[in-house]
Amino acid sequence: MPRSISLNRRRFFAVAAAGATSLAGPAIVRAQTGNSGPLKVGVLLPRSGFEAGIGQDCQRGVDVAPAIIKSLGLPELAIMNGDTESNVDVARERAEKLINDGAQLLIGAFDSGQTTAIAQVAEQKGVPLVINIGAAPEITEQGYQFVFRNFPTAPMLLSSAFSNQLELFDIIGNAPKTVVYMHVNDTFGTAMTKGIGALMPKFNMPYKIVDEIAYDPAARDLSVEVAKAKAANADALLVVSRLNDAMLLTRELVKQRWTPQAIMSMGPGWYEDQYLKTLGKLSDGPISFDPFQDPNKRLTKMLEAELAKAYPGINLSTNHVYTFEALLVAADAYKRASSTDPKALADAIRTTNITDNVSIGPGIQFNAKGQNDKLKEGTIQNRGGKLVTLAPKNAAIAKPEWPMTPYQNRV
Amino acid sequence: MPVDVYLNVAVGGLLTGLVYGLMALGLSVIFGVVRVVNFAHGEMMSIAMYLAVLLFSGLHLDPLVMLVPIAAIMFAFGYALQAGLINPFINRPEHSQFLLLVALAIIIVNTLLIIFGPDARSVQTAYAFDSFQWGALIVDATKLYAGAAAIVFALLLFSFFRFTSVGKAIRACADNYTGALVVGLEVKRLYALTFGIGAACVGAAGVMMTLIVDVTPMIGPAYTLLAFVIVITGGLGSMAGALLGGLLIGETEALAGLLFTPSAKRMFAFAILVLVLLFRPQGIVGKRST
Repeated sequence: MPRSISLNRRRFFAVAAAGATSLAGPAIVRAQTGNSGPLKVGVLLPRSGFEAGIGQDCQRGVDVAPAIIKSLGLPELAIMNGDTESNVDVARERAEKLINDGAQLLIGAFDSGQTTAIAQVAEQKGVPLVINIGAAPEITEQGYQFVFRNFPTAPMLLSSAFSNQLELFDIIGNAPKTVVYMHVNDTFGTAMTKGIGALMPKFNMPYKIVDEIAYDPAARDLSVEVAKAKAANADALLVVSRLNDAMLLTRELVKQRWTPQAIMSMGPGWYEDQYLKTLGKLSDGPISFDPFQDPNKRLTKMLEAELAKAYPGINLSTNHVYTFEALLVAADAYKRASSTDPKALADAIRTTNITDNVSIGPGIQFNAKGQNDKLKEGTIQNRGGKLVTLAPKNAAIAKPEWPMTPYQNRV
Repeated sequence: MPVDVYLNVAVGGLLTGLVYGLMALGLSVIFGVVRVVNFAHGEMMSIAMYLAVLLFSGLHLDPLVMLVPIAAIMFAFGYALQAGLINPFINRPEHSQFLLLVALAIIIVNTLLIIFGPDARSVQTAYAFDSFQWGALIVDATKLYAGAAAIVFALLLFSFFRFTSVGKAIRACADNYTGALVVGLEVKRLYALTFGIGAACVGAAGVMMTLIVDVTPMIGPAYTLLAFVIVITGGLGSMAGALLGGLLIGETEALAGLLFTPSAKRMFAFAILVLVLLFRPQGIVGKRST
């Protein structure tokens, strides 16, 4: 027996030593990479699960980025993919795994809850995270040194959305008097709801919210929620949703024979390509107040052309724009830092000043909190399977269709 | 809130509850006769749902047309499962049966995940957006078809157990295992038949459920839990109890969503379960064990 114990102990130390070496491996690899090779970028997205549709759409922004980044004379990026499975805990694990596998910078993750978890890992490990999409304001309010966001926070989204709604009501010469507000009850939905309560009075909106209905973003049946919304007898529907639930809501609106004057979305879902393709004529009408591309910018045209080449028939949208811009920030910072050292990269990102970009606004710069606070939103409407810009005025290409054509008349 | 809203939601809940009831009926039949708790029940339903999705996307076969063929496939699956895998565990301790069926559930979920991936799939029939209107009442066509099919299937099942000799033999096995052996019934074959019938029930419910919800590999555990809530509420082992439990839970979820917060509607289904366990542990129509 004593012999056996001694042998086991030796083996234990041998295994422990081997394990420690393998764990230290990625750090050694990171240190040795230097500035000669491509920057290893871990891209975390919900490629599966209930947010898969949007995650895979964001992936298109990743797929078309290399050609544009190369044409801009920026250094090459080596993409390492991580699937968050639309789950906060999985997002955290995947972020850790990507860093252990040698990722020198992280990008992600569309969902605020998942992004919050990834931001904690990035800060703890000292690896920069550039958020592509994620609006919960807390993420950039923690004093993090390695977390940067080129996407509006919930209060920014709402301020811009309310301004754009007022501009829209001015254009149509009409405004809803009442709305029913439906929202997902996840981190993003909750942040937006808090923001509405705080910001709406400041904008003196012409409508009042007659009912608020929260629901699970992973819900499989929203018939009761829509019945409740319909019963509120409001002029319009104000929504903060995701993709699957946006499609479920539309199906129920059709089945329950309710077409509000307008569907005004202040989140994703309603402008997504999958929404347009799945619902066909029934997808027409919703108006989204969200961060979009500026159709007049040079880089927008390049991104649009690359997307059309790689994915014919897919409309350029927020998912592609902000995922591409996150990669643009990474490549730009890598070029200026000339190093893969995480601190040097973070310092370079902090001093980013990209004016040749895609999104609406003056460009990409980060404030002391790591937030791009100069982003602007657009107003778009679904028309005939396409997205048309209604506002801001300098980017508008169509007049609003108001009220929506009743669903029952679209056969 | 107008009365017609309550009426519409109540009818929707009733129709969904019928499908829930059929799903739980399978679990109740299996437990009532074989005395094995099928912890892979929801996962078996997800197999049927994927079969319906595959046949629709590949061959454009309407799920309602495929109801009987898929139920037959699930019957064969259930029969083979009982005859080949579960029968040797019949006289083993309950924890062994539990582990076997939980393992089976995990295998089903992960096999579906490997084959179909994690994304949601749906069946978009021509009537997917249809509804019927009678005055103020608006009824979702897919739910109406699913509910009607559930009633027909449940009636056939009740008739089978009441009027056929095989059905009577199965009931004899459930009533008195030793007596059934003494009179020469092939108990193991009847057990396999019962498990097959339970699987056919959940298969039929799964096909109808594809008309109402999208399917993912992870959908199974949620429906296993739901089936347990329903059969415990209605009375474990009671066919009528399973149907009644399904209706009650369907209605509770629908009306709780309307009267309270929709995002907390499942909580009310569990509240019903807690109340039943507190005040009538044998279930609403279950018999108290002696």
